[in-house]
Amino acid sequence: MKFIDEYRDAQAAQRFASLLARVTTRPWTIMEVCGGQTHAIVKFGVDELLPKEITLVHGPGCPVCVTPLELIDKAIAIASRPEVIFCSFGDMLRVPGSAKDLLAVKAGGGDVRIVYSPLDALKIARNAPNKQIVFFAVGFETTAPANAMSVYQAQQQGIKNFSLLVSHVLVPPAMEAILSSPHNRVQGFLAAGHVCTVMGFTEYEPIAQKYHVPIVVTGFEPVDILQGVYLCIKQLEEGRAEVENQYARAVRRQGNEPAQQIIREVFQIQPRKWRGVGEIPQSGLGLRDKYLEHDAELRFGVAGHTVEESSECISGLILQGLKKPHECPAFGTRCTPEHPFGATMVSSEGACAAYYRYRRIKT
Amino acid sequence: MDLRANFDQGLSCPIPISDYPNVLLAHGGGGKLMHQLIEKMFVSSFNNSLLESRHDGAVLNCNGVKLAFTTDSYVVHPLFFPGGDIGTLAINGTVNDLAMCGARPLYLSAGFILEEGLPMETLWRVVQSLQQAAAAAGVQIVTGDTKVVDKGKGDGMFINTAGVGIIEHNLEIAPARVQRGDVLLLNGDLGRHGIAIMAVREGLEFESTIASDCVPLADLVLQLLAAGIEIHCLRDLTRGGLASALNEIAEAAQVHINIDERAVPVHEDVRGACEMLGFDPLYVANEGKLAAFIAKHDAERALAIMQAHPLGAEAQIVGAVTSGMAGLVTMQSLIGTHRILDMLSGEQLPRIC
Repeated sequence: MKFIDEYRDAQAAQRFASLLARVTTRPWTIMEVCGGQTHAIVKFGVDELLPKEITLVHGPGCPVCVTPLELIDKAIAIASRPEVIFCSFGDMLRVPGSAKDLLAVKAGGGDVRIVYSPLDALKIARNAPNKQIVFFAVGFETTAPANAMSVYQAQQQGIKNFSLLVSHVLVPPAMEAILSSPHNRVQGFLAAGHVCTVMGFTEYEPIAQKYHVPIVVTGFEPVDILQGVYLCIKQLEEGRAEVENQYARAVRRQGNEPAQQIIREVFQIQPRKWRGVGEIPQSGLGLRDKYLEHDAELRFGVAGHTVEESSECISGLILQGLKKPHECPAFGTRCTPEHPFGATMVSSEGACAAYYRYRRIKT
Repeated sequence: MDLRANFDQGLSCPIPISDYPNVLLAHGGGGKLMHQLIEKMFVSSFNNSLLESRHDGAVLNCNGVKLAFTTDSYVVHPLFFPGGDIGTLAINGTVNDLAMCGARPLYLSAGFILEEGLPMETLWRVVQSLQQAAAAAGVQIVTGDTKVVDKGKGDGMFINTAGVGIIEHNLEIAPARVQRGDVLLLNGDLGRHGIAIMAVREGLEFESTIASDCVPLADLVLQLLAAGIEIHCLRDLTRGGLASALNEIAEAAQVHINIDERAVPVHEDVRGACEMLGFDPLYVANEGKLAAFIAKHDAERALAIMQAHPLGAEAQIVGAVTSGMAGLVTMQSLIGTHRILDMLSGEQLPRIC
């Protein structure tokens, strides 16, 4: 398959592995930002091909993982209401809230549906005018344009029974939060290719400069990741700290401008809580005032609800690259995908789930 | 039986009720939860040596005649999908379970649970399709049952079929027979049924021409048997796909199975759909695919027989039973590294991005 096979090619992978072995002279720690990259690294065993000096740490770019517990609880409260059809991307359904998950709401008779796009949820709203349709708008900059478009269209078409439960987060503020932590060990980043497809990469240039870290916009296939690591290590070895684009087949420097426009039209930047990490200023998106009538938190009166996280789960440290999954005493014993303590074990893109699924014997 | 009362009296329910007070969809999804339900609740309660073999059907010895007996219920939604419908599934699914016991399928029962309001035309189409599928598979529907439930208490139509087949050879075909050195064959490409259903599911509609691979596999199996191939185990790769089937067998036989990702056939359209949905084709359901564990000395001959059969043209050797940790399935990935091929945990759910 074009754009897949050539990036899963054993020879190409080997070529980058040898190049890396040649340029690496000392230990380096690199973070791949996106959960999709973490998943590919562990699934394909990409890290087994790296020189032992290179450590990959797994970043916060898993939307399921960083959605705060209280938002899951809000989703559960809303989805349990008899007048609501609650629509969500599939992998949010398994994330445990304080007491249960959305699958349990469904098992208890709630109308919880998996959709592939918020526009499908809007279609359900159009066809079921006596129901309240709520879409769980989670994700990074990647999913924001379609979510924004659904609200924009609802407004334009006067579809009043449609609302969004918004939990949008942004990548650059999270990278800055990691870099400015006194415990930071990350020396270079593989930036998330899909996020940059939408946003471009100009916003990473000041970060590279300010913290003197190389940032390589990277794709999701094994050869993409190996090439991204190679470009990053080369910069580190040469003392450079620039933004480079490995994923040029999908990403332009300016990104997708119409997509950015619709995000700006519907959403505004605001502080957001990240699961396991806490609140990061200016790190998320919320609906602008003129679209607040489509805000599910206001519509169903759950805005004030807050809860504290379990203290045993170290997913916050994992999402910041400070710990690896197998360093958690509960990993693979008390905490498994069937009984997850925290979100990094729930999402298929969470670092703990990836380790559990592909390499629990080795760790 | 009130499990909670049972629990309170100290007869503890084997599935921790605190974890799963209610049945979830994943308990029928072919993955870990279903496996746990079967092992801990059903097998332990109904406890007998035939059930213990953890096969697709039971092999019964009746006065010197060996019979295979199996049952399956069909709750597919929508009732009609590209490549088949609930009727073809209800025949082929049960026929294939008998075939996996090495039996020649003979007689089936059909039980209908119909929802009040179901259009008679729909029922007629399904009945016609059952009849045609039965004729194609060489079986007869010889007994049946009909129940109608109130509107809202069924999803249009559910069908249960049970089947009996005769075993006309002396091989023991069962998970327990799988041993080190066995070669693993697939009769063709993976994932078509699961993706065909996914493509017509409400809320997930995407344009696709992928049709279900739903077919009866008995003839293919009977040809292998007729050629005297030393078959150790057969498994049709329905819910949970290849990965779950291999994990069940590795655990039941206490062997290590290793497969080569490069050898596993998956059509480009299925791969594309899987990439888009975030699915792994190794976990996607099939209705016309089997995994065959064959004694090494017969592997090439078995492959040739499969490839010469219309339902095995794309057959491949995809792996082997090797020395390694018992109960584990591993896979050599496309870039040459090794990893665990785990059993599916919960249902496969389309991912966010």
